[in-house]
Amino acid sequence: MINTKVKLAGVELKNPVMTASGTFGSGAEYGEFVDLNRLGAVVTKGVANVPWAGNPTPRVAEVCGGMLNAIGLQNPGIDVFVKRDIPFLRQYDTRIVVNVCGRTTEDYLEVVERLGEEPVDFLEINISCPNVKEGGIAFGQDPKAVESITKAVRERAKQPVIMKLSPNVTDIGEMARAAEAGGADVISLINTLTGMKIDTKRRCFVLANKTGGMSGPAIKPVAVRMVYQAACAVKIPIIGMGGIATAEDALEFIMAGATAVSVGTANFFNPYVTVEIAEGIEKYMEENGVTEITELIGCVK
Amino acid sequence: MEKNGNAGKQKREARVVSQECLAGGIYSMWIEAMDMAAAARAGQFFSLYTKDASRLLPRPISICEIDKGQGRLRLVYRVAGAGTEEFSRYRTGDYITVLGPLGNGFPTEENPKKRAFLVGGGIGIPPMLQLAKELACEKQILLGYRDELFLNRELAAYGSVWVATENGSTGTKGNVLDIIREHGLTADVIYACGPVPMLRALKEYAIRHSMECWISLEERMACGVGACLACVCQSKEIDSHSHVHNKRICKDGPVFAAWEVEL
Repeated sequence: MINTKVKLAGVELKNPVMTASGTFGSGAEYGEFVDLNRLGAVVTKGVANVPWAGNPTPRVAEVCGGMLNAIGLQNPGIDVFVKRDIPFLRQYDTRIVVNVCGRTTEDYLEVVERLGEEPVDFLEINISCPNVKEGGIAFGQDPKAVESITKAVRERAKQPVIMKLSPNVTDIGEMARAAEAGGADVISLINTLTGMKIDTKRRCFVLANKTGGMSGPAIKPVAVRMVYQAACAVKIPIIGMGGIATAEDALEFIMAGATAVSVGTANFFNPYVTVEIAEGIEKYMEENGVTEITELIGCVK
Repeated sequence: MEKNGNAGKQKREARVVSQECLAGGIYSMWIEAMDMAAAARAGQFFSLYTKDASRLLPRPISICEIDKGQGRLRLVYRVAGAGTEEFSRYRTGDYITVLGPLGNGFPTEENPKKRAFLVGGGIGIPPMLQLAKELACEKQILLGYRDELFLNRELAAYGSVWVATENGSTGTKGNVLDIIREHGLTADVIYACGPVPMLRALKEYAIRHSMECWISLEERMACGVGACLACVCQSKEIDSHSHVHNKRICKDGPVFAAWEVEL
């Protein structure tokens, strides 16, 4: 018998496989391809206090081994989300992580408070989106700002708080420690790396936003390194992500110190990938005589 | 992997039945799609995956023809980059990974007494073939090309075809609107796919003549299934998904009533 259960802030997940915010909607679209009951958790697209229209198009571009996106956190706002998306997800036996975005501290807190009475398991605070002018990454690149927003959210939140960190920083360990000092229950990383693509025929930026967040398999080594550094810096659990497309990728993150993993861009090229990874992890454990997945967390030092 | 008995949308390998070059850079590929073909309809699209792992995202390609009897699909596409160039090298017996059918498709339960314009511009022409096969009403098929023609003869089996070329080498010199003016054509409903300036002109024409008008849009896509919110277009009314003014071309479209969207 193998046991794939992991715990984040005392909350048990049936397995460590989660989705990455913004790549999976609120589950409805990919629920046509995979059984959401098989996932450890579904992490929703970022939700703000009011609807956000997002950025102009083109919003995505393919790059070697990855992609750039500058969606700009388009979302329906907390009212619609609470009425429509939470009841949808509640039909499934999986944990619900609501990704929260905002332009100001007050925006974040409004959403956090609205979610207080809702049946969701975790709040993931997006302080690392590179594609919006206000909020987002502005909170995530200064350790003092990370600590203070974490503290503000932690004081108001009824659910465990996951702080989602940006890789666009000099010292990820410092950011991880700032989140921990602010009272974060969990940290998740990495968000996308700021990138750019130029159309040489038309001599213009491919993305309307000029820059976009890079994701996909090409960023995985950077992400694994950062998860390892964060794991060395803090005691709170880590959700690792960045280019995960196979069970082996997921295991790299777990061995680097992640308690759970999020699968993002890979959904776009393989809509069955999340369940394939959950099954692949089980297979690895069976083949390698691993009975408890927790044995693997941070086993490479 | 099927849910609620929905055998439609899926990702899988399909065998290439044939590949043919129709014109410079324009290719026609038939694939064995079995139940994916049975579920498909005019105006929908398939996402095609390259075999190069460094090119992650699928290429959305419109459906040109559906052969439900043999479970086959015809995809006519333009080589626009390395991904579509790879597709053009596939030969009979090769396999291609596809996801689909995706999107909503054209409304085809049309009053057979109506007279329709089917308008295709450039690589927007292919979806008009399956649409022409599915529509029971009287069809006037207007095709705009840069210079070299393709699919015009096949379309002629389903309606009267008029052609415009930019340089005037064949048919009307100019665009599809010039065809309408030159021949004094009239209709009750427009179905169109092609470049945005053409669609914008057709929308204005339809408003001026109080006509129904259906247009098929395209945009850079990532997921193709409505999750990532990359391929949005501006909509007149608040959209049902994000409650802003952004409809998802891959999921809410690619076919829209012209009045629904800002072009």
